[in-house]
Amino acid sequence: MQRLRCIFWLGLKEMMSLRRDWVMMALLAWSFTLAPVMEATGVASSVNNASIAFADEDDSPLSRALAAAFFPPEFQPVVQIVPGTGAAAMDAGRFLFVVAVPPGFEKDVRAGRAPEVQVLIDATAMEQAGIGASYIANILSAEIRRFAIGADLVDPPPVDLVLRSAFNPNRDAVRFAGIVALIGQIMWLTTILTGAAMIREREHGTIEHLLAMPLAPFDIAVAKIWANAAVVLVAGWLSLTFILQGSLGITVAGSKALFLLGTAFFLFTATALGVFLATLARSMAQFALLVMLTVLPMLMLSGGQTPVEGQPAWLQAGTLILPSRHYMSASQSIVFKGAGVETVWPEFLWMALLGTALLATSLLLFRRSVAQER
Amino acid sequence: MSAEGAATAIRIVDVTHRYRKHAALDALSLDLPTGQLVGFIGPDGVGKSTLLGLITGAKKLQAGTIDVLGGPIDDPAHRRGVSPAIAFMPQGLGRNLYAELSVRENLEFFSRLFGQGQKERDIRIAALLSATGLAPFADRLMGKLSGGMKQKLGLCCALIHDPKLLVLDEPTTGVDPLSRRQFWALIDAIREHDPELSILVSTAYMEEAERFDWIVAMDAGRALFQGSPAELKGEAEDLETAYRRLQARGKMPSAPDVVPDKRTDAEPVIVARGLTRRFGDFTAVDSVNFSIHLGEIFGFLGSNGCGKSTTMKMLTGLLPSSAGEASLFGKAVDARNRELRREIGYMSQAFSLYGELTVHQNLQLHARIFAIPDQEARIDELTERFGLNAHRETLAAALPLGIKQRLSLAVAVIHRPRVLILDEPTSGVDPEARDSFWALLVELSRGENVTIFVSTHFMGEAERCDRVSFMHAGQVLAEGTPGDLIAAEGADSLEGAFIAILEAAEPPAPVAAPEVSVDATSAESGGGVGRAAAYARRETVEVLRDPVRLAFAFVGSALLMLVFCFGITLDIEELDFAVLDLSQSPESRAYISEIAGSRYFEPTPPLESAAEGRQRLTAGEVSLVVELPPDFGRKLRAGEPTEVLATVDGSIPFKGETVEGYVAGLHQTFLDALARDSGVRQPEIARIEPRFRYNQSFESIAALAPAMPAILLIMLPAVLTAVSVARERELGSVTNFYVTPTTRFEFLIGKQLPYIAIAFANFLLLTAMTIVVFGVPLKGNPVPLAIGALLYVWATTSYGLLIATMTSSQVAATFATVIASVVPTIQFSGLLQPVSTLEGGAQTIGSLWPSSYFLHLNVGAFTKGLSWEALGPDILALACFGPVLTVIAALSLRSQEK
Repeated sequence: MQRLRCIFWLGLKEMMSLRRDWVMMALLAWSFTLAPVMEATGVASSVNNASIAFADEDDSPLSRALAAAFFPPEFQPVVQIVPGTGAAAMDAGRFLFVVAVPPGFEKDVRAGRAPEVQVLIDATAMEQAGIGASYIANILSAEIRRFAIGADLVDPPPVDLVLRSAFNPNRDAVRFAGIVALIGQIMWLTTILTGAAMIREREHGTIEHLLAMPLAPFDIAVAKIWANAAVVLVAGWLSLTFILQGSLGITVAGSKALFLLGTAFFLFTATALGVFLATLARSMAQFALLVMLTVLPMLMLSGGQTPVEGQPAWLQAGTLILPSRHYMSASQSIVFKGAGVETVWPEFLWMALLGTALLATSLLLFRRSVAQER
Repeated sequence: MSAEGAATAIRIVDVTHRYRKHAALDALSLDLPTGQLVGFIGPDGVGKSTLLGLITGAKKLQAGTIDVLGGPIDDPAHRRGVSPAIAFMPQGLGRNLYAELSVRENLEFFSRLFGQGQKERDIRIAALLSATGLAPFADRLMGKLSGGMKQKLGLCCALIHDPKLLVLDEPTTGVDPLSRRQFWALIDAIREHDPELSILVSTAYMEEAERFDWIVAMDAGRALFQGSPAELKGEAEDLETAYRRLQARGKMPSAPDVVPDKRTDAEPVIVARGLTRRFGDFTAVDSVNFSIHLGEIFGFLGSNGCGKSTTMKMLTGLLPSSAGEASLFGKAVDARNRELRREIGYMSQAFSLYGELTVHQNLQLHARIFAIPDQEARIDELTERFGLNAHRETLAAALPLGIKQRLSLAVAVIHRPRVLILDEPTSGVDPEARDSFWALLVELSRGENVTIFVSTHFMGEAERCDRVSFMHAGQVLAEGTPGDLIAAEGADSLEGAFIAILEAAEPPAPVAAPEVSVDATSAESGGGVGRAAAYARRETVEVLRDPVRLAFAFVGSALLMLVFCFGITLDIEELDFAVLDLSQSPESRAYISEIAGSRYFEPTPPLESAAEGRQRLTAGEVSLVVELPPDFGRKLRAGEPTEVLATVDGSIPFKGETVEGYVAGLHQTFLDALARDSGVRQPEIARIEPRFRYNQSFESIAALAPAMPAILLIMLPAVLTAVSVARERELGSVTNFYVTPTTRFEFLIGKQLPYIAIAFANFLLLTAMTIVVFGVPLKGNPVPLAIGALLYVWATTSYGLLIATMTSSQVAATFATVIASVVPTIQFSGLLQPVSTLEGGAQTIGSLWPSSYFLHLNVGAFTKGLSWEALGPDILALACFGPVLTVIAALSLRSQEK
């Protein structure tokens, strides 16, 4: 009982210390306000504002109708260029896409000669190029088909494909990016806060002070873990409510409480990671470097930045041991798809198991590192 | 008032210096004579260090004037002109030295800063090393030297350029009496050799003041007295008493009298037998024995690093012993025994309470942890008794040192321990505060029978102990009552006894003034380039000896490259899908096999209902659900229009759109096949031919791998450079930049060069990985690429410098650099979205950001196969960033401390 009380008081002390650490407070403020807003609104992962040029050698009603089919926000206003200069303009990075319409295009269509429209794509612009290419092909074929049906050249297709985008009918990229950004900030901050609290205690010599009292290393570590996890949980909740929902207008399909519960499970692992890194690092600067080398890969491979299916099979199997992947997956199910506990409990279980394992290891290492200190 | 006959070396008029609201110096005016040994005496925090910093130009003058060697020190031209004639050894042993460098390397660095040639350098270093007895340790790392040796090395580094003014800030604090005595002998020898030399020394040890020619006694930012020691002393028995009287302004407080302890037969409380502690092959404490009985004040004397603190930690159970045993109240000390710790009050060396909590919060925290009954009453009692009432709500960090020590003691005794273990509780505290502290100790010992084990540097304090023990190099050399020890050594004081014992244990090396033949001094060589090179050389050695930074530089970039490239591939295949086939006709099965047969999709068990499809999408088991209506087959055969419903998981927008693209393509293939088989008029109207330029197979790795260096080569080099500058400021060695002729450009470029080299090596590593590991061939010309890369890492390291000049600590520098380099690079450089597609402000940032150009250059050279003419504009743009950022960094770097 007294032990629990000590852990509680120490945790409270942790929060008071954090309040006066302006570097960490600034980082906290930045991470949960501006950073997710910038990430959410700065990048559109679908086609957005893409630069497109037309090299129109036909100049017929059909070719003009094709050029008129591209408009904002997906595309910038179409620029007409001199035929043959498309490649050079693309080398200079002016256009992502160049559509080349050959001479006599409309006439050939009417004659059933199936002429060819060329679309040059800057394949180095990865996300935009892939999606943009199919976008453009779809727009062009729809436009040509409409022309052909109007001119009674073909029959309407026998089977219509009705595509529905579940959970996100408007293809809202901000919502996705906002939630992923928040999750990323939670990962960073938890690890950094917990580890920094540990190292601050060591650099200021106060850890010895604590250890000379009736406290076990376990108590000290647990106090830090609960205090920092609580801070991040509250900050995450505030950020979700006021920044993401309030200012970005992002909707949460499922239960917010369930999302926070999942976050609590994850915080368990992230704080344990912080303790672990703090025992490895000898100074705050080393710790900061170590955090970058561990948290960044965890974040990149979690499935938030790019789909997990994009990883090679061996890597997909490996990333199963990353708690970040389970957290990301559970969060996406809850926030975007409205999944309930009956769907996400396996992810929660994974996080709990991984968290316990990591925490046990870190506590063991922490005790050893304290013993070795001079 | 000036020393008779002596010219004035330094004139200080009306100088005031403030840190926020606190005035460290308060309208101070002084004339200091030349060619003399001038001592500044007074405890910590009276303004000694601030004054010395201002005199040497390490600190920026706020108000008043200081003339040094014939001109105002706040005039930059004069400061630069006289800086080779001034040497400054800041407070804190070896604070301006480099722990990762050896003794010789440290000296060489300082020698290069003053432009000495190779021959002169060798002669001077040899002379200094042999004069100070450091010659046998020339290759030892500075961080591994003892306190006394660090102090000697600091002096050598200060003397390497034959200064006319030598400024030493508390050179003897924390050094054992023998080393101190040797140090003064060395100073005497140097002065004899060079009578012109003016020396300014500050000290907290009043007894050292006897040897000064001229004394300035300071208190609260003002000079209480200046003049000869004899004048200061007057009728007082010693200088400490005289200073105390000055401070008390005529009142004469008395040192507490210790009632002699008569109970030598009392029960032993703290017992150590053969107590030993080894760290690796270094024995910090070697078979120490003692027995301290109830209510005794037992003093522990010795220099820094002799093993005192280690012994004390073993007694508190903080550190397990390697051999031997320690016991308290007859019970063995064990780190696991938490109940025993309730008997101990421990004050560790230096202030180690929570500076960010108030006095009351600190006391409260400890009271709670010890679960003391009636906590508030106990806290009130202690604040009253320890004189903390006025400071209850003050943050501990803001307290004066003397009050901090009282708070530490209050915290240590809050749970009424029966044993107190105090590790140098009074170091740096002024004599009056020390007296009141000792009065409390005496009260606890005699009044409450608390057994006290205390370590100290001060002989005056040692004399008040019932018994003392001398420790040196891990061994206890002598133990007994102060009187017995003095008598046994035939000395006249405890200090004399201590020195006699030390000399017997380890005969000291002889000291002499360093002899440098005049013809060895060469004209200045190297100049600015030489100084920048000295910094670059030193930085290189330091980085090469720091495994974490080195690993971060190389392993880090390789690891992140792998993770990014494997983690971000956008080629998605083998996605799971499910079908709700309500038609169950040959036509519907043909449609399904079209999807299942493609490389994009993998079938999962068919669905029973639409609700099941929704549920499996929600659970993330499938990415696509295809629903075929009941009359699909019939209508198709009848030539009536029908439809297929494809529901795509759109929660990840990119993935959703990719899946939609796949489905639309497969649908079209099905229609084409259908048109061929049936007579439906579905001729091809026009063909749409996508040409993926630069990357025909459209594999994401070919675009991704060459894009990664743009982000890695800004993040890692910028962080490393920023940390190296912030580190120098945090550790204090930046003082060398403040007080030597080094200019801002020399300092920054010197620090930057090694990181440009590291970053360029990183570029080669990443390029090799792109080609070998990821199989992306370099199609373009490697020469413009390499030039561009060099310019880019110049820009990114300059960016690190710039951020370091604006942040105060290593941690702040690291995080600020990561945020300020990664965010714009990812958002605006075209990594995710080409710069041409950015809007408004984002596009402006993108075009003012070096990564945009390097990304274009690297991707262009790799996948577009571009050469000089196409890459030229990028190279020109990149060439602008480095110089501009370096200039801004230099302008925002402070060349003096505030």
